[in-house]
Amino acid sequence: MTVGPQFRRVARFVSPADRGFAAVVYGGSILFALLIIGLFVELVLGSWPSIIAFGPSFIWKSSWDPITSNFGALPMIFGTVMTSLIAIVLAAFIGIMAAVFLADFAPQWLGQPLSFLIELLAAVPSVVYGLWGLFVLAPFMRTTIGPALQHVLGWVPLFSGPIYGVGLLTGGIILALMIVPTVTAISRDVLVAIPRDLREASMALGSTKWETAIRVVLPAARVGVFGACVLALGRALGETIAVTMVIGNRPEISASLFAPSYTLASVIANEFTEATTSIYTSALIELGLILFLVSMAVNALARFMIWSVRGSERV
Amino acid sequence: MIRSLRRCCFSLAVVAAMALPAAAATQLTGAGSSFDYPFFSKAFYIYNQKNPDITVNYQSIGSGGGIAQFTARNVDFGATDVPMNAGELARAPGPVLQLPVTLGGAAIAYNLPGVSATIRLTRAVLADVYLGKILKWNDAQIAKLNKGVNLPDMAIIVVHRSDGSGTSYIFTDFLSHVSGEWKSKVGTGKSVSWPAPSSVGAKGTEGVAGQVKSTPGAIGYVEMAYVVENHMQAATLQNKAGKWVDCTPETVGAAAASKPEVSATNFSIVDSSAAGGYPISGYSWVVVYKKPEARARELFNVLSWLVGPQGQENAKSVDYVPLPRNVQDAAAATLRQMQR
Repeated sequence: MTVGPQFRRVARFVSPADRGFAAVVYGGSILFALLIIGLFVELVLGSWPSIIAFGPSFIWKSSWDPITSNFGALPMIFGTVMTSLIAIVLAAFIGIMAAVFLADFAPQWLGQPLSFLIELLAAVPSVVYGLWGLFVLAPFMRTTIGPALQHVLGWVPLFSGPIYGVGLLTGGIILALMIVPTVTAISRDVLVAIPRDLREASMALGSTKWETAIRVVLPAARVGVFGACVLALGRALGETIAVTMVIGNRPEISASLFAPSYTLASVIANEFTEATTSIYTSALIELGLILFLVSMAVNALARFMIWSVRGSERV
Repeated sequence: MIRSLRRCCFSLAVVAAMALPAAAATQLTGAGSSFDYPFFSKAFYIYNQKNPDITVNYQSIGSGGGIAQFTARNVDFGATDVPMNAGELARAPGPVLQLPVTLGGAAIAYNLPGVSATIRLTRAVLADVYLGKILKWNDAQIAKLNKGVNLPDMAIIVVHRSDGSGTSYIFTDFLSHVSGEWKSKVGTGKSVSWPAPSSVGAKGTEGVAGQVKSTPGAIGYVEMAYVVENHMQAATLQNKAGKWVDCTPETVGAAAASKPEVSATNFSIVDSSAAGGYPISGYSWVVVYKKPEARARELFNVLSWLVGPQGQENAKSVDYVPLPRNVQDAAAATLRQMQR
């Protein structure tokens, strides 16, 4: 729904208080727009020496050698996108199912405390997720989940190769845990906001509760639910410490989900404090710039998908 | 309005009164190496107990950050695991004095289920493991050194620090000294491109230690203090003199004592030829301006205490290695050049 021009006209003509309010509202949004633009400009300036030195090949080169100042970002771009994809696939499935349960199935005495607990997951600091990942999840991946997956799906390259415990899949799972609360909390609110009429109409037509939730309520809420996933994905792309602790930090592209990998944010967190040469620092800032652009691209793609969903709905 | 103003003035006065004793004391600030942090916090606490008018606030932000803060004159002193090089010194706004302040070693921790004996490794074998040329624990070259030990047929998982660190610098410096191939293919640095195919990077000392502990077949280099405090199993290495040595304060100290002429431009003590010296050892450094802008007297007093016998005594209690006596004297001599 777009804001009609009549609203703007009102803001322009009424009392000074209204004008003041309009200034605050416009000012706030312009401030944030400027912040993003400023961030972009600063990143470009900071990475300029690296952009000049390495050119566009920075994006598709796979070496990362601070000693010889030979830098390429491809393994980190790959790691960032892959871990976030794994995370969003897992988190969307679990998170949306949990939201459906909380909105339509859970009795009140269970629903309230349960959603509180799920939202509490968002308050756990990421370093705690990271330590838990390193000391509990990674060994469990190596001894139990990994071998089980390999036993069943070992013929797929994705699940081949040695299992280190740390790696792409472990990083993705940690991220999934961290973003589930975002998916669940927003999706639940969206599902609850779907009018009762829809549910009653569906029931009246003879649907079961289950059919109503999955075939009627969820599709009606799909734009909002999709938005929740996009927000969660944004968090996954930029998450740093927890992933750093379980990803294995190896700048390499491997077909296997069990192999160690590296993300853009992790490299920056690992190496920025000790990066002494200016070209090294600049290359790290360029990784930040790429992360910025990847996040933008993902968000733009998601927007586009929301628009196309809406278009087909003829709202 | 007036009442609230009055209340405001009153509370300001209270705050000022509370702040007065603190204002009489001098606060020195330092920033840098996280390796030094446990030693510094202990030593500066003790110093403050003896000299209540001087407090030292040390921020463990990493050596690179420490040098940057020091160069910008935001702190009174910096601390770094690798001395400032010519380029960094040129960027500093004045002549810099660099003092060795503590010693550390990197122990080779490993995880071999079912092996209780301490394993032995030569320098060449360790280099080949990190180069990815020895891939299994039961490789003939390792078995030859460990007769009677039932080495498992298990892949070696090489663990290294993923964050830039002085420990990595000392370790890669050691590998460059003992292996020409390492020197030409990889080199020496706080972050390098690790060549072994089964290498995994872990963040921080505790990350490497945790990764080794939880991964059968893993090997990794871990700061000595951490290994001692956590009772981890670590390999015995053969040093340049052919002796088998463990990573202990004594062996690290012996490696340092054999090179009293250590300076900021000639600081490497890895692969020491001392009979009892541990081969993966190194200094950490404090950097100060020859002509500090302020608080020079206090800075001089704190640092000369720190590199002297009394300050160094505190290293032992946190499992760090005190500077050998001859190095303490050299550091004190360097510090005396400071204009105070």
